[in-house]
Amino acid sequence: MSNSSTLVSVENLRFLRGDRVIYDDINLTIKKGKITAIMGPSGIGKTTLMKLIGGQLRPDAGDIRYAGDSVPQMSRRELYQTRKKMSMLFQSGALFTDISVYDNVAFALREHTKLNEDIIRTLVYLKLEAVGLRGAADLMPSELSGGMARRAALARAIALDPELIMYDEPFAGQDPISMGVLVKLIKALSSALDLTSIVVTHDVTEVLDIADYVYILANQKIIGEGTPAQIKASDSALVQQFLRGEADGPVPFHFPAEDLHDTLLGSPQQGGKK
Amino acid sequence: MNYLQSIGQNTLNALMSFGRAFLMLAGAILAIPQSKNIRLTVQQIYVVGVQSLLIIIVSGLFIGMVMALQGYTILVNYGAEGSLGPMVALSLLRELGPVVTALLFAGRAGSALTAEIGLMKATEQLSSLEMMAVDPLRRIIAPRFWAGVIAMPMLALIFSAIGILGGHLVGVDWLGVDAGSYWSIMQATVEWDKDVVNGIIKSFVFAIVVTWIAIFKGYDAIPTSEGISQATTQTVVYSSLAVLGLDFVLTALMFGIN
Repeated sequence: MSNSSTLVSVENLRFLRGDRVIYDDINLTIKKGKITAIMGPSGIGKTTLMKLIGGQLRPDAGDIRYAGDSVPQMSRRELYQTRKKMSMLFQSGALFTDISVYDNVAFALREHTKLNEDIIRTLVYLKLEAVGLRGAADLMPSELSGGMARRAALARAIALDPELIMYDEPFAGQDPISMGVLVKLIKALSSALDLTSIVVTHDVTEVLDIADYVYILANQKIIGEGTPAQIKASDSALVQQFLRGEADGPVPFHFPAEDLHDTLLGSPQQGGKK
Repeated sequence: MNYLQSIGQNTLNALMSFGRAFLMLAGAILAIPQSKNIRLTVQQIYVVGVQSLLIIIVSGLFIGMVMALQGYTILVNYGAEGSLGPMVALSLLRELGPVVTALLFAGRAGSALTAEIGLMKATEQLSSLEMMAVDPLRRIIAPRFWAGVIAMPMLALIFSAIGILGGHLVGVDWLGVDAGSYWSIMQATVEWDKDVVNGIIKSFVFAIVVTWIAIFKGYDAIPTSEGISQATTQTVVYSSLAVLGLDFVLTALMFGIN
């Protein structure tokens, strides 16, 4: 599985949260220098997958390999060394709210390099320029709009020039202009810095435009994979339901529950919260 | 059967949360200190210590004044108002200084620590630190723990000192107790190791417990608004109960058997 063009491979992954199965035996391959999209309905645990790759959570079975090394089996020191090579853009941005945008971007540089402040200053302004926020360097995160916060977080995420960047729902809750800006940025960063990108999202059209390869997750499994063209042409009912945004189909609209008839006519104690 | 089950479940949950609390503390304080962390600790001492000074000074002053007033009305019946000094000083140094400081600290600084760390968790700042290969235990938890442990004994001493001055204000300046006897009998009665040092030890123990509870409750909070509000309440309630309970144990050990 671990040939040289593969950066991350997820092998027979099984993950449970409590008694609920989140993933049941899934396999993914993330190619170096490509943009891989992972799509699926909300609440399916797409963020969980990123945390698994980042070693913040441990799988119940199966393996996750980063450049051939098993992430769950790494020692703490190895894990931290590996994390310096990857970076994650959180859905909320997760900027540190007590320091300015400038200091947020400089944070990892100050933490992990011995560069002097002059060089850090140059790097920080270059990264901020790349996301169009050089003018906002002195603002506090609370003064940024949602779209700006996400771009600032993106500048922070690329501060250390990582090999891999994971985007968690980068387009969620963005207006069309910010969305367009982010789509462009992700594409541009990926080609300019030769970054490997994983984009987790449920915004189908945006991501199909920029992705090199797509996985669709639903019902704890991968229900479809391929290049965007293959995905669009897929004859799987599951994939088509997702692409067209139909409410009901192979992916159920309803959270698992007893029969409606029983709920309405059953004894009151059984309804509502337990 | 359900009742029994819930007892078992709650016991297990409590034990597991103790385990997590120990692991968190061990991860934080066993870390090798870096020069960066010393700067962060000093910053936190400012936040939890210096910014708590006002409430500590005002409370200390009033508690000293009230004790002098109450003490005077009792002692004067026996013509013993000269002993007002040691009464005020001993109560403050042995009991009220450490205990009231710890309770005020839990309300002022402990709740703030819990809310701050809980919100960092809810807004994924802790997660993003981890993903940036920075250990949040070293970066966030350890400086706050040491700051609390260093700041609280100092606050307790300031509390006692201000209280003694407050007692002087009411007893000597207003009610006419002789200033010479207020100070000299105090000086003759209060012992360094028995009273002052024991008070500092108490305060030190309270500092560890209160700060530990506060940072753990934040770190372990359910990352929702409801979870953080619950964690903040629990910090104040649990640390107050722990302080009062521990105070009895420590008092029994220090002053109980002679």
